[in-house]
Amino acid sequence: MDWLTTVDHKKIGILYLIAGGFFFLIGGLEAILIRIQLWRPLNDFVSASTFNELLTMHGTTMIFLAAMPLLFALMNAVVPLQIGARDVAFPFLNSLGFWTFFFGGVLLNVSWFAGGAPDAGWTSYVPLASPLYSEGKGVDYYVIGLQIAGIGTLIGGINFLATIINMRAPGMSFMRMPMFTWTVFITSALILFAFPALAVGLVALMFDRLFEANFFNVNNGGNTVLWEHIFWIFGHPEVYILILPAFGVISEVISTFSRKRLFGYSSMVFATVLIGFLGFMVWAHHMFTVGLGPVANALFSIATMLIAVPTGIKIFNWLFTMWGGSIRFTTANMFAVGFVPTFVMGGVTGVMLASAPADYQYHDTYFVVAHFHYVIVGGLILGIFAGLFYWWPKMFGRMLNETLGKICFWLFFTGFHLTFFVQHFLGLMGMPRRIYTYLDGLGFNNMNLISTVGAILMGLGTIAFLINIVITSMKPKNAAYDPWEDGRTLEWTIPSPAPEYNFAQTPLVRGYDAFWKEKMEGKNAMTPAEPLGPIHMPSPSILPFIMSIGLFIAGFGLMYHQHIITIAGLVITFGCMFTRSVKDDHGFHIEPDELHDKGVKA
Amino acid sequence: MSAHSHVDGQLPHEPEKATLEGRNKVLGFWLFLGGETVLFGTLFSAFLALRDQVGDGNPTSQELFQLPLVAAATFILLTSSLTSVFAIQAMHTNRVKSMLNWLILTVLLGAGFLGLEIYEFYHYVHEGHGFTTSAFSSSFYTLVGFHGAHVAFGVFWITMLIVQTFRKGLNTTTAPKIYVAGMYWHFIDVVWVFIFTVVYLMGKVG
Repeated sequence: MDWLTTVDHKKIGILYLIAGGFFFLIGGLEAILIRIQLWRPLNDFVSASTFNELLTMHGTTMIFLAAMPLLFALMNAVVPLQIGARDVAFPFLNSLGFWTFFFGGVLLNVSWFAGGAPDAGWTSYVPLASPLYSEGKGVDYYVIGLQIAGIGTLIGGINFLATIINMRAPGMSFMRMPMFTWTVFITSALILFAFPALAVGLVALMFDRLFEANFFNVNNGGNTVLWEHIFWIFGHPEVYILILPAFGVISEVISTFSRKRLFGYSSMVFATVLIGFLGFMVWAHHMFTVGLGPVANALFSIATMLIAVPTGIKIFNWLFTMWGGSIRFTTANMFAVGFVPTFVMGGVTGVMLASAPADYQYHDTYFVVAHFHYVIVGGLILGIFAGLFYWWPKMFGRMLNETLGKICFWLFFTGFHLTFFVQHFLGLMGMPRRIYTYLDGLGFNNMNLISTVGAILMGLGTIAFLINIVITSMKPKNAAYDPWEDGRTLEWTIPSPAPEYNFAQTPLVRGYDAFWKEKMEGKNAMTPAEPLGPIHMPSPSILPFIMSIGLFIAGFGLMYHQHIITIAGLVITFGCMFTRSVKDDHGFHIEPDELHDKGVKA
Repeated sequence: MSAHSHVDGQLPHEPEKATLEGRNKVLGFWLFLGGETVLFGTLFSAFLALRDQVGDGNPTSQELFQLPLVAAATFILLTSSLTSVFAIQAMHTNRVKSMLNWLILTVLLGAGFLGLEIYEFYHYVHEGHGFTTSAFSSSFYTLVGFHGAHVAFGVFWITMLIVQTFRKGLNTTTAPKIYVAGMYWHFIDVVWVFIFTVVYLMGKVG
């Protein structure tokens, strides 16, 4: 019950971790089923239509229900601590954001049991996703489930923007913010400007499917390329929404375990902002073969290749941070170091794809599949693993087992490269993506087999991580404040796990890497910026949970044209909004003499 | 820190920004409006892409739109923006009664605008311009309807705030809510200016 009503950002972070981890396992299972189907030619392990569903749900689940929530888990667990804040700007909305994401995700997955999952690809291209070609309810679940989950993401983005702008500790100027906080800041801005476009696209597709509108119905004047523009003006920034926080994690981990200040901090900030900006300028590189014309293709080609410049800045800064450092290869750092060459490989194939004429060759082949898995798995997922191993003691008060961690790393890392490296060559040889089987004698057999073996290794790596979690959770909670002993930022100045008020006294920040600066001057704690006093806390609330259930119910009503159910669901949601608005809730105070041992219990 | 940091009757000059909660609320709402801008921007783009796709035998925008009616609606909505400014000014000088009166006037004007819009839609449907008629009609009703839904939500919201202020008075908890509702109201007015230009004026002559 406590977990349903919590508004504590650290607990919400744990909720995101559990839910995101759960969907990650589902998405991973779907991936392994896909790979089993493709391990030999003319396999009949799953049917063609099931394969389409698996493919669609794998992409959708991994992007929206696994990667983003796992990032939100790290953001919630770490960002307020890194900026010396007691809380986020909107604790209530934070909880609402989690629950809308969760119920949106559940709604999407209910489709498996309700007559078929979405099957039009994670991009849901029309006319394939139109009622004409996708007759079942699958795509309806896609448009409504994602819409509800998207509300949660948007709320989270606004919350982190306001938190980072308004709630930094005294002395924490923007140019003293830890790199992870910076990347979360830019990512949140991207969320704010990208997700509303997706919302409109989903509404238009929903109107087409459920109420016979004509946005994408060519027979009645609709335009299918419009969907592609709307989807990618959201979808391209989305990949930067995913990768930027991973960049932030890598910056923190590499700097900590090299015992060195991050090389070129201000250029890192500049590169992050520039990547965020350019991320919005390049959406049509997903559409080179649509027929936009040579001028548009050339411009989007150049804009896309430009992104390699700030990304290169980042790569070299990480290398120079390690250069001459006294590097410790903890599991977290192994994931971070493994990230760098892997991501470079993904980036290089990105530049190859950015060349419009070459893209006509690569388009819709496994080369593209290899490319985006190199950046999203080899970038984002390695980054998330690094972040989880690094911050686990701060989230749960226990250190993950290092031996199991290294087993996890080697299984996952080897499996990853086995799976996706060969797919570059499959693509160059002409194997199309999204096909459920292929003929013998095309030269695809061996490499598909290798790819499937790699996927199974990745699955074993994930199982090693799960075992690690179980074993760790049985050990006593005895992590030190600064368990890595080289912590540089504010989160390492408070107990592990952090108490519910975070900082008994708001710290005074005197420079970049605030804690490291104090350590270098021989102190082992921050100078407080305020006297010890009562701390104001927000009250827990069940309303976010109920509001999300209301949206969940309304979603079903919409899909099955049961208007009474739709209205009932919306009444629940708006009723909660009304209650929240009229009932003043001033929270409560923790008095100075209670300030001991109020750690998050998990 | 606390929501009760003021003594009754001595409201600070900008009560909406007197507490951290208030400042967060105002900033968060500015950010939300940034997202809303993208939302309407996308709707406008879709409309612009589809506005000539009328189909055979269906009314075009030139035949459909009647500028006097739309001009009247525009006039009513823009006036309501002015009255909401007066309400916020009254709030800043702690004239609660005057503020409430201006807010009530704002709500009435908003409701008047909605009435005209409903009449307009009803009229169009009778002219053979239904939601499912063509790509033009779908994108028209979606764009203008989204705006209308925003107005309806605003009318409901500000009404609730009026009721709250009657019961609780003006303090550092209610002031940010009223201020933020004022921002919202200006935003939907600005969106309407674009709708008036892009949908109606360009549809009539462009």
